[in-house]
Amino acid sequence: MSDFRIKQHPILPIPEAEIIEFYWQNQKITAHSGETISAALFANGIRVFGHHHKDQSPQGIFCANGQCAQCMVIANGKPVKSCMEKIKADMQVFPANGLPELPLVSNPPKMEEIKKQEVPVLIIGGGPAGLSAAIELGKLGVKVLLIDDKHRLGGKLVLQTHRFFGSSQAVYAGTRGIDIATKLEEELLKYKNVEVWVNTTALGVYSDQYVGVLRDNEKYILIKPKIMFVACGAREKFLAFSGNTLPGVYGAGAFQTLVNRDLVRPAEKLFIVGGGNVGLIAGYHALQAGIGVVGLVEALPDCGGYKVHKDKLHRMGVPIMTSHTILSANGKDQVESVTVAEVDQNFKPIPGTEKSFVCDSILIAVGLDPVDEFYKKGIQYGIQTFVGGDAEEIAEASAAIFSGKIRGREIANALGLDVEAVPQSWYRTSEILKSRPGQSIPEEELEYQEGVMPVIHCTQEIPCNPCSELCPHGLIHIEKDDIRSIPTFLGNGYCCEVCEQCVAGCPGLAITLVDYRNDINEPTVSVPYEFIREPLQKNDTVTAMDTEGNLLGKFEVVSVHSIPESDRTLIVHIQAPREIAPHIAGIQIQDNQISQPMDHYVKNIEDEMIVCRCERVTAGEIRSLIRQGYRDFNEIKTVTRAGMGSCGGKTCTTIIKRLFREEGIPDDEVTDQTKRPLFMEVPLEKFAGVNGGQE
Amino acid sequence: MNQSNKHFDVIIIGAGSIGTPAAFFLAKNKIKTLVLDKYPSVGQGSSKRAIGGIRATHSDPAKIRLCLRSIDIFSTWKETYGDDIDWFKGGYTFVAYRDEEKNNLQKLLQTQQKFGLNISWLDQKEMLEVVPDLNPNGLLGGTFSPDDGSASPLLATHAFYRQAKQLGAEFHFGESVQEILIENDRVCGLKTNKAQYTCDVIINAAGPWAKQIGEMGRMVLPVTPDSHEAAITESVSHFLNPMVVDIRPTQGSSNFYFYQHLTGQIIFCITPKPNIWGFNVEETSEFLPLVAQRMLEIMPRLKNIRVRRTWRGLYPMTPDGFPIVGWSKEISGFLQAAGTCGQGFMLGPGLGELLSRFVNNQLTASDEEILPYLSPYRDFSGQELLK
Repeated sequence: MSDFRIKQHPILPIPEAEIIEFYWQNQKITAHSGETISAALFANGIRVFGHHHKDQSPQGIFCANGQCAQCMVIANGKPVKSCMEKIKADMQVFPANGLPELPLVSNPPKMEEIKKQEVPVLIIGGGPAGLSAAIELGKLGVKVLLIDDKHRLGGKLVLQTHRFFGSSQAVYAGTRGIDIATKLEEELLKYKNVEVWVNTTALGVYSDQYVGVLRDNEKYILIKPKIMFVACGAREKFLAFSGNTLPGVYGAGAFQTLVNRDLVRPAEKLFIVGGGNVGLIAGYHALQAGIGVVGLVEALPDCGGYKVHKDKLHRMGVPIMTSHTILSANGKDQVESVTVAEVDQNFKPIPGTEKSFVCDSILIAVGLDPVDEFYKKGIQYGIQTFVGGDAEEIAEASAAIFSGKIRGREIANALGLDVEAVPQSWYRTSEILKSRPGQSIPEEELEYQEGVMPVIHCTQEIPCNPCSELCPHGLIHIEKDDIRSIPTFLGNGYCCEVCEQCVAGCPGLAITLVDYRNDINEPTVSVPYEFIREPLQKNDTVTAMDTEGNLLGKFEVVSVHSIPESDRTLIVHIQAPREIAPHIAGIQIQDNQISQPMDHYVKNIEDEMIVCRCERVTAGEIRSLIRQGYRDFNEIKTVTRAGMGSCGGKTCTTIIKRLFREEGIPDDEVTDQTKRPLFMEVPLEKFAGVNGGQE
Repeated sequence: MNQSNKHFDVIIIGAGSIGTPAAFFLAKNKIKTLVLDKYPSVGQGSSKRAIGGIRATHSDPAKIRLCLRSIDIFSTWKETYGDDIDWFKGGYTFVAYRDEEKNNLQKLLQTQQKFGLNISWLDQKEMLEVVPDLNPNGLLGGTFSPDDGSASPLLATHAFYRQAKQLGAEFHFGESVQEILIENDRVCGLKTNKAQYTCDVIINAAGPWAKQIGEMGRMVLPVTPDSHEAAITESVSHFLNPMVVDIRPTQGSSNFYFYQHLTGQIIFCITPKPNIWGFNVEETSEFLPLVAQRMLEIMPRLKNIRVRRTWRGLYPMTPDGFPIVGWSKEISGFLQAAGTCGQGFMLGPGLGELLSRFVNNQLTASDEEILPYLSPYRDFSGQELLK
């Protein structure tokens, strides 16, 4: 079988792995020791893991997060979620076709009493918010238990290869997400009063004020916290369209997990739906992993994400189609193409504008919802509960880091510790970090065309300031008390010493230098570059692009180098004519051949729009109930089973809410569904206190 | 307030396991019926919290007869009305691992057989043929009643509701009753938070809230809810036919039971000891550890099945474990259908039909035989043998 592993990456180290053998449908294939079954299957190009018992629809990876059961396989006779279970040597893995057989067990296992434990502070979630709160409390000597469901701390930071935005002073702006995770983790581990349990999932908050957690995916423990901090982040919204459950349609989280954690290529040709930061960044990550990005559609007239993120994708050669929507994912057992269309002001597809593109994967990034169920239960059951990060309000990770710090201090105050209350300035910084992108201004012509001039292709108000910190002479100005202001260059052509720190360090890769000193008519342009180095050599010809992705021509590479402390960002010098040089914002890295639409568009009339993936409920069924007058979510659940499947309504709830809105029903007429534990499906034996691998 | 001029023959308080089938049978008999419920849709009180077991295997003629009739209705529902309600005739087993339970169950068996139930004693070997996954260690056998079964309380209650509406019954949701209007010692209507209605008969099918509704009609009903917790698993392919009931008391619980629903899911429930009285239905941390150990003890195969969701529901208990069905003697037109002790779902169709005979003055001789067991005016000092 072919190998779909990522062997080279411009940012991520590729660790040496021990190769083991296992069997897929009796065929011997290889895996890396320590990886999940799903990663091993993907590395071998296997993307269909089974077929649904209700309609035989193909099933594969969807959440890659243990939250649904779409990736179910039968491993050594046991039905398991392949994204959670590690592969073992000689494991016999089979697809889960239909309902799985429950394995036979002859004797009752050894069972122990479930342990109970009290803690002053329980933090659920070791992402940016949880870690920062724990650090703040760690400093103050508060006894804290922090749990996280992943094997390492950092939450979604560990999947982010790009440099972060925000404030250099407040939240590590300019550092890559993966490295922020490490820094926060290292800082946290200094505090012995903070206990950390990784691989530990919170399963439920109960009315007797216990929180049930599954430690190491093995041991069920009941924790009674005095104060609980919920920092569980966000979950992705999903969309209803024909073919939306075909293997190959993923959320951005699943895609980033496969690519940046598991280091497998889940796609050769990816299509992205959603032009927020999540979709834009995922596109960039795909390109870094050597995956082609066919295009991106955004239903709004402009992308909601940072302009610099959008520009980055644009100039690397990815077409961004705004006012476009996805009509269908097409294919038999997995995605083979996508059909999109332009939308009118009411977001209705315009007939005649349909286009199809060949692709093997579709990434859905249409927004996030807070994971706030533990917060709500905590409040309901009288536990003193705080919430922060995305679980409180969806924003950038930089905002989550800062909100965690604030909550940490607030918790210390709530515990009655003798510490200063949260300064008002912290709240203001927090608001700035959370703010959505503001005004854009047109890019200005260079004032001087002599000496060396930085060109700042950053023309939108966003909370970000590393460039102003990086210039050793302080020549890039951003207002100190509001880092959302647009950076300006304060010097003339004879101030910049071409240290190129700003070029390498701008998180948006939005600063270039134009050096007129050698040849005023053919200046050299310094362009940041975060892809694999090998394909780009001195004297090669590259296609230069402006910020909007317009081709500026083919020019010669003068050098490829890195500067001290540039942290894996390379700098490419290209020589271009004087009138073009200031407009060069980047190098096209993907041939536009990949983005050519097919001759005829593909109409997918066979696959219905699925709303509830677990129970295979269609949008049509739900719509019809809404039109019959159904207003209680619980009644819809009763009749259709939507929301009663393995993911517990995590995926369909937002789609059903959207259907209500589309049918003109105001939110306050709709009764929400009742949320109950468990947060994730767990084998019965765990609650019986069966520990260890007794078979 | 909306002074509704609408007059109904019957107003049922509670669109749950009892009120909904009652509305169906009344509407079928052309009785102009209104059902009121404080929740936003049908079956959102205790009905949706029921686990779905349906048995005629009781220890008294009243419940046996009502439930036999319920089984008739549930088992033929799909062919008669077309709605899928997940009926599955898997039977019930009460298993014995100690002489005490063996003796009690066998003693009871004679009474049950006398009432015409299809139930027999299986020894260990026979029991393992019916439920191969039971732990054979110490298993002494148990009773097996193959005609019992299960259905989905969600789907069944909703099916009764849809059919009742089609036959002309009205349902008003999000309306809670505030006052029962009485004139010359007979009911003449009621007031809700939204409207006022007139009627000839009021049926109190308010489940755990029946006592409070009873008081509005000057009726003292010894109905006190206690809460039980339940859970449901993922779906696996079919391996278990009957409901398995273990009545051994242990620390923290008296009995527990589980079965595999037609969807392939295992649904299970435990009776806490001591009982947890009151209206609280918030999930506790105690339930899963308690029930999981007991389940694995008698069926080790369940160890790998994944638990999906837990919830708590109310059993509207009466002192003697029997429902309260009958007219008020003081206020005419006030009919009680309360205190179903956690068996409302299985009693529902049979009881609903009986209520319709009450209203129509069509009580049969057979009805008259069982009504003393259910009378609101009995002395409540007896004890049900098989709870």
